[in-house]
Amino acid sequence: MVLSLSKDTIQVVKEQDTVFLKNRVKETATRIKMGLVNQTKLITAASELVRNMLRYGNGGYCDIEVVSSGRNNGVRLTFVDKGPGIADIPQAMKDGFSTGRSLGLGLPGTRRLVNEFDIKSTVGEGTTVMVIKWANG
Amino acid sequence: MSLTTNNLLKEKKKNILELWMKNQLADEGLREDLISNEELRSQSEELIDALVDNLTEGIVADVNADEWSPVIEILGGIAITRARQGFSPRETGNFVFSLKEALLEVLQSETKTDADALFQESRKISRIMDSLSVVTFETFIKGREEVILRQTDEITEISTPVIRVWDGILALPIIGTLDSARTQVVMENLLQEIVETGSSIAILDISGVPAVDSLVAQHLIKTVSATRLMGAECIISGIRPEIAQTVVHLGIDLSTIITKASLASALSYAFKVMRLEVKKIPAVQKF
Amino acid sequence: MDRIPILRMGSFLLVTIQVDLYDRLALTLESDLVQMVNKTGAKGVLIDISAVSIVDSFMGRIIGNIASMSKILDAETVVVGMQPAVAITLIELGLPLKGVHTALDVEKGMALLRTMIDEDPEDDQEDIEHGPVAE
Repeated sequence: MVLSLSKDTIQVVKEQDTVFLKNRVKETATRIKMGLVNQTKLITAASELVRNMLRYGNGGYCDIEVVSSGRNNGVRLTFVDKGPGIADIPQAMKDGFSTGRSLGLGLPGTRRLVNEFDIKSTVGEGTTVMVIKWANG
Repeated sequence: MSLTTNNLLKEKKKNILELWMKNQLADEGLREDLISNEELRSQSEELIDALVDNLTEGIVADVNADEWSPVIEILGGIAITRARQGFSPRETGNFVFSLKEALLEVLQSETKTDADALFQESRKISRIMDSLSVVTFETFIKGREEVILRQTDEITEISTPVIRVWDGILALPIIGTLDSARTQVVMENLLQEIVETGSSIAILDISGVPAVDSLVAQHLIKTVSATRLMGAECIISGIRPEIAQTVVHLGIDLSTIITKASLASALSYAFKVMRLEVKKIPAVQKF
Repeated sequence: MDRIPILRMGSFLLVTIQVDLYDRLALTLESDLVQMVNKTGAKGVLIDISAVSIVDSFMGRIIGNIASMSKILDAETVVVGMQPAVAITLIELGLPLKGVHTALDVEKGMALLRTMIDEDPEDDQEDIEHGPVAE
């Protein structure tokens, strides 16, 4: 069972907000004594997801939570946008797939950087992506 | 005043403690080598005090009530300490079981002939003590798990030494199975050492890795790629013939990485890259 | 608008990225750098990312772009000083930066560029007997 210990919501509407978001994620990860490599992976994942949200979802917000499960602490990020949504999630999760003009590493790459990854999307309503990185994962 | 377990505890606290201590000391499984009698007494006293302070009529019926938490905390602390000190589950369990014995004994002497009261109260005591024993075991096991996890961490730390074999050349002998957690540690140590020493060549020796399957190969390739991103080269050495066989049979492509059969040949390759030469100096003839 | 400074060192260009890049800054760097390679006829580009704590797929792509674009303009690109955590993350992300040369620090990067473009720099007094290289 995953318990949420603290929660912080950050609105993301323009590119400069991403810098603030990344700093806040870093602060949170440092607070739970996450190692440098895992921190870097988490912030990189956040960077990918926030770009997706800005580019395809017209912005949204991100919840940063400290979560705990058993003896493990971690950071959970939930990105919520009200964009067009993703029609075919399995396809979007494939390496090399991209609708935009990028490498198509965004979602599958991000999944490899975190411990838990969940994506929900409804066409016309928006997309929610949840990731968890454990401090010692 | 009706006779209830909590009243009994309050009034006969001293009695119970003495009896309990007697039971514990009489037990064959007493570990005098691990815990002194004084310490045992203070632990026992602490637990009884907590019981007396927190036991009210209401919560006796409900073993999940919040009021139990101070008692559970103390008991948990004792169980965890015992797990770390190396007590066996039986020895830890006896700590609680002997208290139950003591309680029942005192109860019996107090109720004398009132069989009904004796039954009711001993049922309550059993329920309380059973739930406390469960807590003890749960925490004990958790304590043991922590010990195991800490040892695992230690083993991973110890088993990935990075050796500076030459100025600019690092070697990292890997012994044991290479799983993803281990790869992470190996990679981190190796890359950190590369930065610290400014080494441009790293040799990953896998003579001590029992088997290379596609997952292990993938981990090796990742390590090599990460090393290259940093601007250093990574050589894999110590590939035994049977490993070469399985790698090919499994269809793993290792063509992008430099592989050498032995650490010695990896080292001489590294010397060549660094334009170094090891020469035999002819013996000086003395006449 | 913020800009990353590009320094000229002989026939090489040196870019030291001191801040965490956001996308637009990275795109500006890409175009500035390619302009600069063209203008100066530089033979090599050194990108020092030792102070960069995050390289995501976009940044990775920009670095790859700079390398490919410079290559077309006859200049080699070397990325130097990548942090271990960044390297591990890039590999996990699936971005091994193929086609980009790397070195541990600026000095080693410079040496690598020299061997790659087989240049005898005029400021290197010991090597003048080879004569000047046609520019």
